[in-house]
Amino acid sequence: MKTTMLLLRAIGLTLLLTMAGLLPSKAGEAELRATIAKFATATGFSATEAIVRELAASGDPAVERPLSALADGNLYIRKADSQVFVGKEAGDAIELLDPLTGDKAVDAAKTDLTKIKVNNGLRRVIRDALGTLTLRAKDASVRLAAAMTMFKTPDAANIEPLDAAIAVETDPAVKAVFDEARAASVLVSDKPETDKLAAISIIAARGDRDALSLLTSVEAGSQGSVRDAATAAIGKINSTLALWDAGQNIWYGISLGSVLLLAAIGLAITFGVMGVINMAHGEMVMLGAYTTFVVQQAIRTSFPGLFDWSLVIALPLAFLVAALVGLAIERGIIRFLYGRPLETLLATWGVSLVLQQAVRSIFGPTNQEVGNPSWMSGSFDIGQLAITWNRLWILVFALAVFAVLLYVMKRTPWGLQMRAVTANRRMAASMGIKTPWVDALTFALGSGIAGIAGVALSQIDNVSPNLGRGYIIDSFMVVVFGGVGNLWGTLVGAFSLGIVNKVLEPYAGAVLGKIVVLVLIILFIQKRPRGLFALKGRAVEA
Amino acid sequence: MRGNFAKITKILSAGVVAAGLLASASAKAAEDTIKVGILHSLSGTMAISETTLKDVMLMLIEEQNAKGGLLGKKLEAVVVDPASNWPLFAEKARELISKDKVAAVFGCWTSVSRKSVLPVFSELDNILFYPVQYEGEESERNVFYTGAAPNQQAIPAVDYLMSADGGSVKRWVLEGTDYVYPRTTNKILEAYLKSKGVPAEDIMVNYTPFGFSDWQTEVSAIKKFGSAGKKTAVVSTVNGDANVPFYKELGNQGIKAEDIPVMAFSVGEEELAGLDTGPLVGHLAAWNYFESVDTPENKKFIDDWHKFIKNEKRTTNDPMEAHYIGFNMWVKAVEKAGTTDPDKVIDAMVGVSVPNLTGGYSTMMPNHHITKPVLIGEIQADGQFETVSQTPGLVMGDEWSDYLPDSKNLISDWRAPLSCGNFNVATGKCGGKGTN
Repeated sequence: MKTTMLLLRAIGLTLLLTMAGLLPSKAGEAELRATIAKFATATGFSATEAIVRELAASGDPAVERPLSALADGNLYIRKADSQVFVGKEAGDAIELLDPLTGDKAVDAAKTDLTKIKVNNGLRRVIRDALGTLTLRAKDASVRLAAAMTMFKTPDAANIEPLDAAIAVETDPAVKAVFDEARAASVLVSDKPETDKLAAISIIAARGDRDALSLLTSVEAGSQGSVRDAATAAIGKINSTLALWDAGQNIWYGISLGSVLLLAAIGLAITFGVMGVINMAHGEMVMLGAYTTFVVQQAIRTSFPGLFDWSLVIALPLAFLVAALVGLAIERGIIRFLYGRPLETLLATWGVSLVLQQAVRSIFGPTNQEVGNPSWMSGSFDIGQLAITWNRLWILVFALAVFAVLLYVMKRTPWGLQMRAVTANRRMAASMGIKTPWVDALTFALGSGIAGIAGVALSQIDNVSPNLGRGYIIDSFMVVVFGGVGNLWGTLVGAFSLGIVNKVLEPYAGAVLGKIVVLVLIILFIQKRPRGLFALKGRAVEA
Repeated sequence: MRGNFAKITKILSAGVVAAGLLASASAKAAEDTIKVGILHSLSGTMAISETTLKDVMLMLIEEQNAKGGLLGKKLEAVVVDPASNWPLFAEKARELISKDKVAAVFGCWTSVSRKSVLPVFSELDNILFYPVQYEGEESERNVFYTGAAPNQQAIPAVDYLMSADGGSVKRWVLEGTDYVYPRTTNKILEAYLKSKGVPAEDIMVNYTPFGFSDWQTEVSAIKKFGSAGKKTAVVSTVNGDANVPFYKELGNQGIKAEDIPVMAFSVGEEELAGLDTGPLVGHLAAWNYFESVDTPENKKFIDDWHKFIKNEKRTTNDPMEAHYIGFNMWVKAVEKAGTTDPDKVIDAMVGVSVPNLTGGYSTMMPNHHITKPVLIGEIQADGQFETVSQTPGLVMGDEWSDYLPDSKNLISDWRAPLSCGNFNVATGKCGGKGTN
């Protein structure tokens, strides 16, 4: 079976080379159509897999269309005449396309079609097959993807096509990956030892987890100098990876810190500056997240082109919604309770329950889908460090919010009034500051900032009525640890808690890590009851 | 004055008579209906999952009434809200049984809520239908378990991953939320994997707290564990809200199902509804029911559900099917017993067989668990599951796992002579683990 496959593949390749750039010949096309038609009668994944292998062995680039359609679950059989089509969903109906040419055939209802089932194993086979087929594609990124696939699934039969591809490759980045893929294939072939040793050094230079994975299996399946070289390479990769791991933990810590900062920064105003124990703070975050959901919903139905801008549009709206609700809470409840922290705590706790249940009644108890705009999806690598875009943007955003807030507090007249009222309410009042309005606006500002934090958190967490619950304890922890009343304390507190948490987590586990952090905070508060950056002067006694 | 007084008495007595009439009328109505208790959280953290089950019960009761009720009487749903508060579950259960005099209760989701109501049900001798997959290691006379026991979900799922179709997995990450269900399930799975010859260094177990949202470290640990040159899979007992950030992180860090598949036991259609499933295509879940199952029974159920809830987008899921089966079994057992008296219904329940939604019949076994098919599904881009594997026959729920040392000798049989939930076949005595 395997040898015939190799033979077929070799034949296919020569065919491909001779006809490079030409359309598939009529005879070849008829054969391919006959093979594709077999999908209709195949029962079970193994039968489908055999047909996929047969198609791939033809080496004809035209099979890419039906194969990638199959991998995406878009290959259909028309029940009436057992014909195979590539389907494209168009509303309730499915638009049927010719599997080879991609010409539009007809539309059909879903009930008249059977979808050809795929599973992970089949998807893997198709991915490997497409890898070999797309080595000569025009698009460099497609060639790169093909080479990466071939690196992960080394096969002695890959050496020949890779050699041919390397000879004509002009892009140095793609060529490097081709070389690595070739080296990987050499290691599983029966080439002489010297070739294999050279291959090991190429792969060792790559130095990532995929290389490690490959070398580990080589080490297990070889003897003599190849085995020794593999062992040495593994040792080297492991020691560099250990360093990268440490770096990665720090990055994760910074990222967690930015989330904590976002969640706590609004509280740093309402609790830190005003001294209101606001248990409904988490619900302001939740309102911001739901505002994002509503905005995205509106964009999806009316202006689908604007989707990538949805978060930018949601930001001011979320600020407004949360700030208005905050204003209402301050005017309606909290202003009657200044100086009575226990009652404030209970009242805002009640408000948080009311808000949660209100959202649950309006939007339902289930999670709502908030999509990631394309510029927030995926990740990129710095060395062996994978950095996800959404985490990076959240970090940037958190720092930006912090900077703006700092500016408002320190450089604007409103910030001055705010600080004056906090420092000495009666003195401020006698200087002509309308203290009740400063209170209300300060509370609204803190709530609004929680609202825009919700926009960011909707990207990494559930948008459900319980969203805020998960952040309230952490927020208070950050503010108390950093020092009540000090924005810089909140910043330092958030990042140090984030980093300590993430550095501990790989060793202690998530559950124990969190407990250790809590114990450390308790010990710290014993020593410094006013947190990292304690306020000095009269404000402390007020 | 006198006239006024007469007038007042007249009015008063009329009022009393009217009130009496009203009271007798409502008493009459109460006699004419059979009350069914629904004990699901409608607020708090569990509302996300349990509200749907309350709705499906209301639908089933309405349908039964449209068919003419039960024993010539109408059914009446009594809905209470235990608010995701475990002790409140016990209070509300007591209220349902003692005050509302319900004939049976359908409810609970988490194991801890079930454990909290158990004493109430055995003390007041009523019936609880529990519709969620759970860790097993329990069999109570007053409880009927219509969700899956570990051998109806976890073991077949692992078997699938070990098979050639599932990718011949050799290395295992058991990732769970830190509470009783994942801990027990993972204990069973660890013992099972070891019995299949998987060495200890190829199994990684990790737990995270409830509602965990920062999965960066865990996902990169999975990536690291998976780069040892052997096919790796994740078996996830991560619960509820923590799943969305977990899957988002998997997608963002580029872990594809073809490389490291994640097999989940607590992720259904409802959980996927809050998620862009594009990057998750191919990750797996093991259940006894999927909304995508193509049978006439299921089509009718989904249509009825959409009509009842007035929303075409609402999904159906496995615990909903469990209530469908449980409710129909109860109806049949009541008809068989000719009464709603819980004692008689409990005896009539064993052996009752009703159609499930996947094209077969589910039967209540003497251990108060039911027979079910096990389906393995892959997540699709539209948020549905595509069945990729199905057990050839029905699997009988095994309450006491054969892979745990202190429960492998226990069996449960609630039929007349034995009537024991934890009979030890080694010592020949009723009792042992789980006597509470």
